[in-house]
Amino acid sequence: MSLDKATVQKIAYLARIEVKDEELEPLARELSGILHWVEQLSEVNTEGVAPMTSVAGELALPMRQDKVSDGGYPEKVLLNGPETTNGFFLVPKVVE
Amino acid sequence: MSDVTHLTMTEALALLGKGELTSVDLTKAHLAGMEQARSLNAYITETPEKALAMAGESDKRRKAGQAGLLEGIPLAIKDLFCTEGVQTTAGSHILQGFKPPYESSVTTNLWNQGAVMLGKANLDEFAMGSSNMTSHYGAVKNPWKRKGDERDLVPGGSSGGSAAAVAACLAMGATGTDTGGSIRQPAAFCGIVGIKPTYGRCSRFGIVAFASSLDQAGPMTRTVGDAALMLKAMAGHDPKDSTSAPQPVPDFTKSVGASIKGMKVGVPKEYRPDGLSADIIGAWDKGLAWLKEAGAEIVEVSLPHTKYALATYYIVAPAEASSNLARYDGVRFGLRVPGNSLDEMYMKTRAEGFGREVKRRILIGTYVLSAGYYDAYYAKAQKLRTLIASDFSQAFETADVLLTPTAPTPAFGLGENLDDPITMYLNDVFTIPTSLAGLPGLSLPVGLSSDGLPLGLQLIGRPFDEETVFKAAHVMETAAQFKRWEAR
Repeated sequence: MSLDKATVQKIAYLARIEVKDEELEPLARELSGILHWVEQLSEVNTEGVAPMTSVAGELALPMRQDKVSDGGYPEKVLLNGPETTNGFFLVPKVVE
Repeated sequence: MSDVTHLTMTEALALLGKGELTSVDLTKAHLAGMEQARSLNAYITETPEKALAMAGESDKRRKAGQAGLLEGIPLAIKDLFCTEGVQTTAGSHILQGFKPPYESSVTTNLWNQGAVMLGKANLDEFAMGSSNMTSHYGAVKNPWKRKGDERDLVPGGSSGGSAAAVAACLAMGATGTDTGGSIRQPAAFCGIVGIKPTYGRCSRFGIVAFASSLDQAGPMTRTVGDAALMLKAMAGHDPKDSTSAPQPVPDFTKSVGASIKGMKVGVPKEYRPDGLSADIIGAWDKGLAWLKEAGAEIVEVSLPHTKYALATYYIVAPAEASSNLARYDGVRFGLRVPGNSLDEMYMKTRAEGFGREVKRRILIGTYVLSAGYYDAYYAKAQKLRTLIASDFSQAFETADVLLTPTAPTPAFGLGENLDDPITMYLNDVFTIPTSLAGLPGLSLPVGLSSDGLPLGLQLIGRPFDEETVFKAAHVMETAAQFKRWEAR
């Protein structure tokens, strides 16, 4: 699959990364190169093969009670926020 | 006493135990070495005050008879592990200035066993890279150089700062993390020992996430014995990471020195592609001969889906990364670049905060997960992963451990292999299959290439059987008599 500039623009928006116009062309080439290369997987017949969804294999993962086990320190949570006020993170205005 | 920074952990612990050395003195010697070797750029943040305070406490504990497994041993911590109150960057501009209000579980375990933190080691940005060239904080130099050639070489990556620090005696050991080879390949490039344990052996809590189904922490040290000891201190079930295995942690140090008589060592025939260098083939053959001499039996095994592992990885890892890295949005931590709307702020922040390789992987990951392409790429790759893992299970029906090269070449020059991302990705061709299958893999130095650079071999074990890996590794280490950097 070769990606055109419009597709790269769309993916970049989905990923919320600003890409300048002049970067679109080289990026499309690079990403297309990687996608062509990974498409070699299509030669393998995977019919009836279950996707690997857990690396832990047969190990049963531990369960715990569904209750709060941590928290109660908003000042720590906010400590690294670039802009905070009165116990909240501040972002640009979303609702007019 | 000669330079105490050249001691192995095991040797230092013996001297500390006899009262012939204090942790404060050992730590001071390392801090002085770090200051002199700043040109290697192995550390992003040095923490001398914290180190001396921790060392002082350690000496007190030892006097009080409360010595832990690593009591008084100074370590470097890869800057991907959150350390409370100490800047944790993940090698990225987007996390510059981030001071975690909590401590990762692996480092907590290390401090509980008495270890001392010297600082935070450099790495590829978000652990994405095989050369440490993608770090926002600059490249790391490998302390090794080619014979008669002064040009600087890469330490490998992503745990390049950790590997360079341990090789150059700027730490007695270091934590690393490995997603596709990030402990093993830099260990091979710098002539040290590194093990990626079984997925689930160490807690991932507090490690900045790259690809969660692959990421695993492990020790990087100068000897196999030190690696066994440090892994024992790091590992264990952690309720804060649901994928950390509720399995008992064996005393790995007991495997060091144990007999390998009758052990079956598998050689995967697919790991000998045309064009593999004579140096690497020579080292591999020597490794097999040493194991045979010690009573092991060599068997050929087949891992037929090996050639698809790299492409599988470059779908799975970017897909997981694209969702893990969605959290860097300029709201809760790190960099924020202002914008007129929330979307614009996100987009500008992420454009400025992430480097080229990280953006490339986020975009690939976003694409393969996007509507209409999920089945063709991500679902397909997950099926290939099943086939790759079952290749290994079959091989382990006849073999107890596998021996392969760690990387297809020794360390390369700073700035080389950057033009084409796929050339760089090929560095991990021998380590990625193990990661996809979640198996333990250890790299140890076995000799030098014709131009005088360390060569590493990789031992791969069954899930949760690091003990067999350590047994075979120690036999090879004893036979190899590898002359470390400080002993050249």
